[in-house]
Amino acid sequence: MKFSYFPGCSLKGLGRAYEESLLPVMKHLGVELVELDDWNCCGATAYMAVDEAKACVLAARNLALVERSGLNQVLAPCAACYLVLNKTKHYFHDYPSMKQTMDRALGAVGLRYRGDTPVRHPLDVLLNDVGLDAIRQRVVRPLKGLKVATYYGCQIVRPYATFDDPYNPTTMDRLIEALGATVVRYPLKTKCCGGSLTGTVPKAGIRMVYILLNEARKRGADCLATVCPLCQFNLDAYHAQVKAAYGPVTLPTVYFTQLMGLAFGLPERELGLQRAAIRFQWRPAVPAAPVPSPVPA
Amino acid sequence: MVSSSQEVRIGFYVCHCGHNIASMVDCPEVARYVETLPGVVLSRDYKYMCSDPGQELVQQDIREFALNRVVVASCSPLLHEHTFRKATAAGGLNPFFFHMVNIREHDSWVHTDRAEATAKAKALARAAIRRVAHHRPLEVKQVPIHPDVLVVGGGIAGIHAALTLANAGRKVTLVEREPTIGGHMAKFDKTFPTLDCAACILTPKMSEVGAHENITLWTCSDVVKMDGYVGNYTVTVRRRPRYIDEELCTGCQECISNCVYKEPKFVDEFNEGLGKRKPIYIPFPQSTPQVVLIDPEVCLNFKRGVLTDRCKKTCVEACGDRKAITFTQREEIRELQVGTIIVATGFQTFDVKRAPQYGYGSFPNVYTALEAERLVNASGPTGGEVILRDGTQPKAIGIIHCVGSRDKKTNRWCSRVCCMYSMKLAHLLKEHSGAEIYNFYIDIRAPGKSYEEFYDKLNEEGVHFIRGRVGEVTDWAMTPEEEGKLIIRVEDTLAGFVRRIPVNMVVLSAGLEPQADAQEVRRLFNMSCGTEGFFLERHPKLAPVNTFTDGIFIAGCCQGPRDIPDTVAQAGAAAAEALVLIDRGHVEQEPNTAYILPDCSGCKSCLPLCPYTAITFDATTHRAVINEALCKGCGTCVGSCPSGSIGQNLFEDEEVFSEIEGVLSE
Repeated sequence: MKFSYFPGCSLKGLGRAYEESLLPVMKHLGVELVELDDWNCCGATAYMAVDEAKACVLAARNLALVERSGLNQVLAPCAACYLVLNKTKHYFHDYPSMKQTMDRALGAVGLRYRGDTPVRHPLDVLLNDVGLDAIRQRVVRPLKGLKVATYYGCQIVRPYATFDDPYNPTTMDRLIEALGATVVRYPLKTKCCGGSLTGTVPKAGIRMVYILLNEARKRGADCLATVCPLCQFNLDAYHAQVKAAYGPVTLPTVYFTQLMGLAFGLPERELGLQRAAIRFQWRPAVPAAPVPSPVPA
Repeated sequence: MVSSSQEVRIGFYVCHCGHNIASMVDCPEVARYVETLPGVVLSRDYKYMCSDPGQELVQQDIREFALNRVVVASCSPLLHEHTFRKATAAGGLNPFFFHMVNIREHDSWVHTDRAEATAKAKALARAAIRRVAHHRPLEVKQVPIHPDVLVVGGGIAGIHAALTLANAGRKVTLVEREPTIGGHMAKFDKTFPTLDCAACILTPKMSEVGAHENITLWTCSDVVKMDGYVGNYTVTVRRRPRYIDEELCTGCQECISNCVYKEPKFVDEFNEGLGKRKPIYIPFPQSTPQVVLIDPEVCLNFKRGVLTDRCKKTCVEACGDRKAITFTQREEIRELQVGTIIVATGFQTFDVKRAPQYGYGSFPNVYTALEAERLVNASGPTGGEVILRDGTQPKAIGIIHCVGSRDKKTNRWCSRVCCMYSMKLAHLLKEHSGAEIYNFYIDIRAPGKSYEEFYDKLNEEGVHFIRGRVGEVTDWAMTPEEEGKLIIRVEDTLAGFVRRIPVNMVVLSAGLEPQADAQEVRRLFNMSCGTEGFFLERHPKLAPVNTFTDGIFIAGCCQGPRDIPDTVAQAGAAAAEALVLIDRGHVEQEPNTAYILPDCSGCKSCLPLCPYTAITFDATTHRAVINEALCKGCGTCVGSCPSGSIGQNLFEDEEVFSEIEGVLSE
């Protein structure tokens, strides 16, 4: 199993912990990721809102590079990248004028996008390509007793619900349960994390963060598990402001890949857990058996 | 009569159809052009050819100008071919010397350029002029109609159609898949807008069906095959065993109270799973026929549907000398002959689990509308008291309209009845529980007699109406008052902000959709379906109960969502249409049938191709034989005969080829 890997800016910056946990976990499962050479901005949300055509051209360049690389699928772990790359693919097929714009812009630099490369999310690959059985087999330190609120955010399920239900996604729930943890019922799993409102209209943004954290705490969760660098940042970085406005709600937010790493018995320091503002303190029991070596790629 | 060897004298008429054709086609120009074509004796344009003076014109011209062929360029032959054939016959010609050209549906209505549309009209007219020269006189054959009728589906539509026909003295067989007739209506508590009790108005009709000397009622039965043609259908029906002899069972139900299961234990389908029943049961007190049945999936005397004889059979003891319980009953295949068929197979409600945002299945106090009907029904599982699945009684109830209706993600159509039944449930739930009721709607659609007044009445009763499609039903509480309740989140589009309404019970007003097996039924009866899957009527305005297959009629929600008054009206119309055919006693058959030419080699390759099994093989002549009564004129055999030895009336080679030459030549 080999994928072209499009990290996007988040996974190299604020969301570094996502990449730090994703890469060893995927390697451990025998999924080979080849970072896309010379990738650029995915065209994410802000750019998309200003000029859709230009945002799509940016994204299309990445997709054209993937096609040129000879790998037939691209993995986009960041929720925003995943959405923009998928949206660009849809626009390419649905709107002839958009296709023309992309063709022209890419043609100017000698590139061509055919529009047939699947853009995949790690959850999709883990459940549908790797499979839960294979994942269960790698679990050496089951997360027994850990209660997790699974938080998907908006971008991986809407508007393109490619591999999960747009209202009630369950792929992460099933994955986390395969790791031995308990998933609490969390009705806010696809609600807004506040997006950029935490920066632009803090009063509204902080309220949304508070609602998410508070509900997870009320449901008895030990942590929130997320798939999106922006969600993780909003839920992790504003605890002081939340405390000032509504009282303290201290709850760590981790990437699902970090929980996988822990369950697989991978070294903690390699999972980026130390980067969070609210540290995830819970640890699974020490493995009875030594950690098996990774699946050969 | 004119023989085909005589000189051809064609009269051509182009119809303006008011503005329908004339606005896009230059009709006088078409007439002038056609006048120049060989064989054309006269060519006219006229405002309405289908009018009496228009028809009169054709008749006069035939006599005055000794015409022997007539071509009219106007609308679709579906509409007026018959009219002009009649006019041609009235003028003294064989009606098949007439040919029709469609320049409305095929031309003026679908084009935007007048010059091109006029050129197309000329080309189509030219083709017809060339073709009609080869027409030959043909005779219409009459086929007798079997007077018996099959009604498929025993809901209110099927019941009403069957009774109408039976009261007119016709023999009717009513086939119903469930163990009782009554359909969805039997489950309803009251009916809008008059609030009369559904059972009180339905069950007398049900027992009338059961007792009627002209009606044969087959429940637990499915139609599995239909052969034949209008007036002469052969229908095969599978009768599933109910393990009770219907003739011997008196409906005393002593077997039920004496079943080895002391308490009802299994899901009661009639009560939408809210109640329990025993393995031997009767769906509801007024079931018709008044006969119990045994569910072999759960009865102890069976194991997974196979007879084992391992039960004490206390039911048999209780039945005693009546000996109505027959565990050995088997599936029966029955065949019957009918002339006409009314399909009234109804609808299913939208599966509300397809809208997971409304929490059905996750939250026990979220109900479907049909469940709510049973909950307020005096003979329902709670005796009409609104007691929720968690044992509590609701203080506030939210009713969400348009679940699986007017939604591009699920079903796009409006289900027509939900606004009204939601308001009816609002009234009943308020009456039975005293709770505050909130209706969440997109638009209130109350277009019926006394319907708007019913909406007014609900407003006066203090039922709340909030305009907006509900976003979600959640147990995510933001305030202490919301704790433990279901919160309905909705954008109130009149107030202009997002609201959270905490309630104890949610009712989902599920839309109506085609039955799960509508496609199989469609194939069975050779009907068509619209894009949404409801059976297609022959014409949306003028033939709403006819289908494209003669002698097959549709009624009720299988054709599209509708309420009870409309369903009954439609069922009556379907019965009347069937009576039209029966009382006429015969049908006229279009003579467009295929026939075998003498050079048939007897290769038999056409035999399996005929969809109507009209072709047989005659061993004495070593040739194929076509049964004219069965042939529908589809042309499959004509096209496929390897030696070109099958001809077809009205589609002779010279007719079709000259038509093609005509349309392609300048």
